[in-house]
Amino acid sequence: MAKQVVQLDRVIIRFAGDSGDGMQLTGDRFTSETALMGNDLATLPDFPAEIRAPAGTLPGVSAFQLHFADHDIMTPGDSPNVLVAMNPAALKANLPELPRGSDLIVNTDEFTKRNLARVGYDENPLETGALDAYRVHAIPLTSMTVEALKNVDVTRKDAERAKNMFALGLLCWLYHRPTEGTIAFLKKKFASKPELLRANTIAFEAGWSFGETTEDFSVSYEIKPAPVRPGRYRNISGNLAMAYGLLAASWRSSLPLFLGSYPITPASDILHELSKHKRFGVRTFQAEDEIAGVGAALGAAFGGHLGVTTTSGPGLALKAETVGLAVSLELPLVICDIQRGGPSTGLPTKTEQSDLLQALYGRNGEAPVPVLAPRSPSDCFNAAVEAVRIAITYRTPVIVLSDGYLANGSEPWRLPDLDELPPIDPAFSTAVNHVAADGTEEFWPYLRDPQTLARAWAAPGTAGLEHRIGGLEKQDGSGDISYDPANHDLMVRTRQAKVDRITASIPPLEVDDPDGDADILVLGWGSTYGPIGAAVRRCRDAGLHVAQAHFRHLNPLPVNTEQVLKGYRKVLLPEMNLGQLALLLRGRFLVDVVSYTQVRGLPFKVAELASVIHEAATDE
Amino acid sequence: MNSPAPGFGLIDPLAGIPTVDEPLTAKDFKTDQEVRWCPGCGDYAVLAAVQSFLPELNIRRENIVFVSGIGCSSRFPYYMNTYGMHSIHGRAPAIATGLAISRPDLSVWVVTGDGDALSIGGNHLIHALRRNVNLKVLLFNNRIYGLTKGQYSPTSEQGKVTKSTPLGSLDVPFNPVSLALGAEASFVARTIDSDRKHLTGVLRAAAHHRGTALVEIYQNCNIFNDGAFELLKSPDTKDDAVIRLEDGEPIRFGTEGQHGVARMPDGTLRVVDAAEYGTKRLIVHDAQAPNPEVAFALSRLADPSTLRTTAIGVYRDVRRATYDDLLHEQIASAVDDQGIGDRPVLEDLIAGKDTWTVEA
Repeated sequence: MAKQVVQLDRVIIRFAGDSGDGMQLTGDRFTSETALMGNDLATLPDFPAEIRAPAGTLPGVSAFQLHFADHDIMTPGDSPNVLVAMNPAALKANLPELPRGSDLIVNTDEFTKRNLARVGYDENPLETGALDAYRVHAIPLTSMTVEALKNVDVTRKDAERAKNMFALGLLCWLYHRPTEGTIAFLKKKFASKPELLRANTIAFEAGWSFGETTEDFSVSYEIKPAPVRPGRYRNISGNLAMAYGLLAASWRSSLPLFLGSYPITPASDILHELSKHKRFGVRTFQAEDEIAGVGAALGAAFGGHLGVTTTSGPGLALKAETVGLAVSLELPLVICDIQRGGPSTGLPTKTEQSDLLQALYGRNGEAPVPVLAPRSPSDCFNAAVEAVRIAITYRTPVIVLSDGYLANGSEPWRLPDLDELPPIDPAFSTAVNHVAADGTEEFWPYLRDPQTLARAWAAPGTAGLEHRIGGLEKQDGSGDISYDPANHDLMVRTRQAKVDRITASIPPLEVDDPDGDADILVLGWGSTYGPIGAAVRRCRDAGLHVAQAHFRHLNPLPVNTEQVLKGYRKVLLPEMNLGQLALLLRGRFLVDVVSYTQVRGLPFKVAELASVIHEAATDE
Repeated sequence: MNSPAPGFGLIDPLAGIPTVDEPLTAKDFKTDQEVRWCPGCGDYAVLAAVQSFLPELNIRRENIVFVSGIGCSSRFPYYMNTYGMHSIHGRAPAIATGLAISRPDLSVWVVTGDGDALSIGGNHLIHALRRNVNLKVLLFNNRIYGLTKGQYSPTSEQGKVTKSTPLGSLDVPFNPVSLALGAEASFVARTIDSDRKHLTGVLRAAAHHRGTALVEIYQNCNIFNDGAFELLKSPDTKDDAVIRLEDGEPIRFGTEGQHGVARMPDGTLRVVDAAEYGTKRLIVHDAQAPNPEVAFALSRLADPSTLRTTAIGVYRDVRRATYDDLLHEQIASAVDDQGIGDRPVLEDLIAGKDTWTVEA
């Protein structure tokens, strides 16, 4: 009997298992197949900091959530429609978020007395009726995988480890995903281990066939492609987009890329990625510490190269003094901070937006640094290019605030046209620029462009422009050491003015207000764009008139910021910190911004934000 | 093991740095900045020696960069008419590493002090040495913090009474040469500010070493630690206190050459009476020795407190592939194997292998 095919407009799947169960890989593969289907999608990997936490325990649960749809979506979804739980720990950790009526696929082989006891189940929930509210598919995934592999020459352990592929095969059948990509992926991954390739391929196919034949699944689902702007697309994560943005900016500026970095979660993938691309002349340098990472990048910048460092919160703290030096030297430098939960070591694998004030103010002295933030995984590409543009044009360090959610999350991305990238001109000095009183021609490193206030930049190797710069206060123009009070006042104000003038090159804050009569504005910055956007959409669907604006630039702020803020009866600002931007906007503009905050290490849930917006909008 | 850089023997240690058309002079390296060290400071002697010696390298002034940290010695770049950066405390080796890696056409020098290099910047120094980046590090050691007005430093003798240690310092000092040798340095030398000829000879050897060269310069701070090296400088005592290392020569010293250095049956090095012990049984200095053990043992002959029997000269000068040369080889072979990364390659990379097209 042919099985019924049901059309769905969207699905949220969460794969959950032990950190060694390959859940991230399974999720990634399902995502790739889904991207190729043309669905819109968003992903949220959620894993512990420990590489292999004790097996079968709650802290060891690793999950990957994927939201895909036949329409434009903005978040990985609040709660799953389908939970794949590879063991009791995964079930226990995720069940509270699973709405009643959802599909629950459970690997029964792992529901042993010992495993159940380990996570505090006195009885097997599969047998007690505790899961009656869900559509439970109790499947012995491990033993079925082992059975399918009985003629393959692999150890029992390797056979068991292929159970994630069995699960993936089943899910691919259930949601009509193509299988060719996964087969090709396995071929590449296990190229040198033919038996493992065979085992994983057979497990994957067995999972698919199981779906086709079992009576447990009476229907399968189809999700049509989402209508999107014509063009060529790929799926991309934030860290990869950041790496590509830096490469593209290197090409655009004709400056070789130098990355000085120290491994830190969740930023290391950018170092890994760029270290593969030596053919582009990229030099990656794994330094002895965070300070050396940024120091080497600054040294490369002094040499006329594109100096970049990547890090996360604790690393940004260590780099602070060098960033201050870059402010004083007025050299281009890009610092990518992939924020994570803090303070201190905090939550290395979880997301947060709590480095904003550190990025803006975490240095000694008056040390203004431009700060900007991407709003989605693919937007990390644009943010990287923009950071390089500002750094080079204005001779300044620039901090990019991504976060763990953007770094590891992914979404479809319409490939950029490199011709549309903004021009980035290093405009190196090649000749002397000043005549001294006695008629000698000389090079003044602190002579400024009257428009941008950018200083003259001469790279070593340029004859006749030899000069010395340093962290001591410099005489305006000549750059000689100066302790003159009036000159220091001038230089402090000039460095601030230079950053302020960047405003002229950035777009005004764009307000999305389809009805044009909203009296509440929901503001945001960085990775909250998706959840805020989805929540605003939900409120509008419910008949509310709500405006939304999202900051890309946190310093300087867009020219119309004050005007926008003052145009609404109420301004609501959700942040994944304790209200850092709200504090800033209140101080700067004397606007009574209402802060809504959460620091759970996870992105906002749409339903929650929608209710906060609803309350704020209807509250007189 | 010290595997030589591929083709090393064929290339000049200064390879890649553009040479001058017209010879330069010491005057070409002086700046118009007023030198602001205390009168009588040993730094003046080092500055003069560097300015006089650089012209003999025949490399272009614009391709020389001095990078410093913080401290008295770190003002050095302001007085050199080259490119220069006065950076932040301890970080000069890290900054210079990024510069040297990016720009193989530059001769990059780090000027640092005992506090800058061995205390706050100790981590960067040891890692620069181990990587063997093409840098020349001039470590001005005056055994005191001068710019902060006289606290003890990581090279001060134990028991030193200073403003911050009124009852005497408690910590054991670093021996910078021992430290550098332990950090896998390929070139380590020690010299003295007041011995212009020796200083210049060591600078020359360092400049002709491809890789990280550490030159420790004993430098007198006449304000806060005057006479720290008097034993090694005074005509009355220096001949018996200083061991001058000459490559390929037996190690002998003393007014009459009466002392020598020999290996004891237990493997250690000792100062012996040369005549009594037999001049043929003295150690012959070999700066190119692949194993740094003898160089290390030589560095331990100095009394950590008085500095009596301190060896000066080039302890170690071995060939080892530099980090920057190896990195540039990796880049060159990536370009050879895969082709240069131009725009179409970049577009392919960005597109990746799984794309789909949405038609209008």
